[in-house]
Amino acid sequence: MALTAIAFYAFAAILLASAVMVISAKNPVHSVLFLILAFFNAAGLFVLIGAEFVAMILVIVYVGAVAVLFLFVVMMLDINFQELRHGFLQYLPIGGIVGLVLAVELVLLVGVRFSAPGAASQGVTPTPEAVTNTEALGRIMYTDYVYAFQASGLILLVAMIGAIVLTLRHRTGVRRQSISQQLDRKRGDVLAVRKVPSRGGV
Amino acid sequence: MLELWNQVPPVLQTVVYILVIIVPLLVGMAMLTYFERKVMASMQLRQGPALVGPFGLLQPFADGIKLLGKETVIPAGANRVVFVAAPMLTFFLALVAWAVIPFGEGMVLADINVGILYLFAISSLGVYGIIMAGWASNSKYAFLGGLRSAAQMVSYEVSIGLVIITVLLCVGSLNLSDVVEAQRTVWFCIPLFPMFIVFFISALAETNRAPFDLPEGESELVGGYNVEYSSMTFALFFLGEYINMILMSGMTTVLFLGGWLPPVDVAPLNWIPGPIWFVLKIIFCLFVFVWVRATLPRYRYDQLMRLGWKVFLPFSLIWVVLTAGVLVAFDWLPK
Repeated sequence: MALTAIAFYAFAAILLASAVMVISAKNPVHSVLFLILAFFNAAGLFVLIGAEFVAMILVIVYVGAVAVLFLFVVMMLDINFQELRHGFLQYLPIGGIVGLVLAVELVLLVGVRFSAPGAASQGVTPTPEAVTNTEALGRIMYTDYVYAFQASGLILLVAMIGAIVLTLRHRTGVRRQSISQQLDRKRGDVLAVRKVPSRGGV
Repeated sequence: MLELWNQVPPVLQTVVYILVIIVPLLVGMAMLTYFERKVMASMQLRQGPALVGPFGLLQPFADGIKLLGKETVIPAGANRVVFVAAPMLTFFLALVAWAVIPFGEGMVLADINVGILYLFAISSLGVYGIIMAGWASNSKYAFLGGLRSAAQMVSYEVSIGLVIITVLLCVGSLNLSDVVEAQRTVWFCIPLFPMFIVFFISALAETNRAPFDLPEGESELVGGYNVEYSSMTFALFFLGEYINMILMSGMTTVLFLGGWLPPVDVAPLNWIPGPIWFVLKIIFCLFVFVWVRATLPRYRYDQLMRLGWKVFLPFSLIWVVLTAGVLVAFDWLPK
């Protein structure tokens, strides 16, 4: 148990520290790297509460794919980030209010556990009895709420198609490779063997 | 002896288990470089390393000691912390994935329920070592190599994910030991043969091996993401890359070649202990890795992307649907 507590505090402390570093690091690439560290520690926390499936999906999706694209974009950008910081004080009040609202909501959520002790048992438990949490999640998504789940999938599909439509442009005057056409070529189409007479030329 | 072992505290036991995995792995990696050079030499009618030790067997160790003795050069414009962290990350990730690989029945360091997802997660992190190295070197060649590699690894991960889903449909569990046990009647490389091929080719791309070794294409990029690295930092990249090759072979073995199981469960074959079968299958996969490298020319970059997105992705997606359909139609779903 002591080991779990140590692991929890280590993950939580590193998570908070790296989250602070994400917004305070001077170099944007460092910011993204700290963001990855934050994701990783969040995955560690998920493992500690027994939600190992969610933890792995967090690492695969966010760290393995989304953050790579972030890193890609940030590395390619050529922006003077010192200049961007000029508006920092101007946006501070709005950012502060959003942060405050989130903090109050979190406190309320924790407070419910004390004001209404019965509420906790009504909530979703990370590890239901007798089934692995992969199975439990699968049952909820694909059996109990299959239509809602499919609908959200369709929305994502539409969003993806929208992004493709917005960025697609047909360029003219580009020579494209058509692999099937290349493979379809017969020897007779492109090659002719001729007998060349000496000193005659073709 | 066993009673004595049981009195050792569990943390110390785990450390011993880890060493039992890592030490043979590192020696195996050294022998893999020797194996690769020897096999390629035979394929090209050369001798290969033959001078250091009997049959040149000590060549990899001589190379390692030579690398250790070199000076570590950090370029003036490099981002020091990231530059040094990148090879460490690559090496660390290559080793940490071995925690869930089952070497035999019950012979696994961490028998977790989501073992296969863990492997997939760790292998998808491998791209960071490369992209960090490419960026931190502050060199055009290294950066281009890093970007190429990142794009390549992300593209092929998609089809690897779909292949894994197909296998999982047939197993009904995410635990790697269960995956192996499910292959007692028939190895998955037979019913899922096309996916086996897709997985193996994607594994080649994922480990940046020939014919997909564009990230380090020496003819156009000098050496790719690791141009600026020298000495031990380079050695860590090299180690990580080869251990990843062994890991991918291990994954192929567990998913498709029946892990530690003998080909058929008859007398002389099932006398051989499971771990030996496992190692033999890994060596077979590694031989194919080397064989491919000695045979095929390098892909062009746009063709590589086309293969990943326009051929493998739709193909493996169709196979997922097909496999699921067949399993449901004939009521073959596990459990």
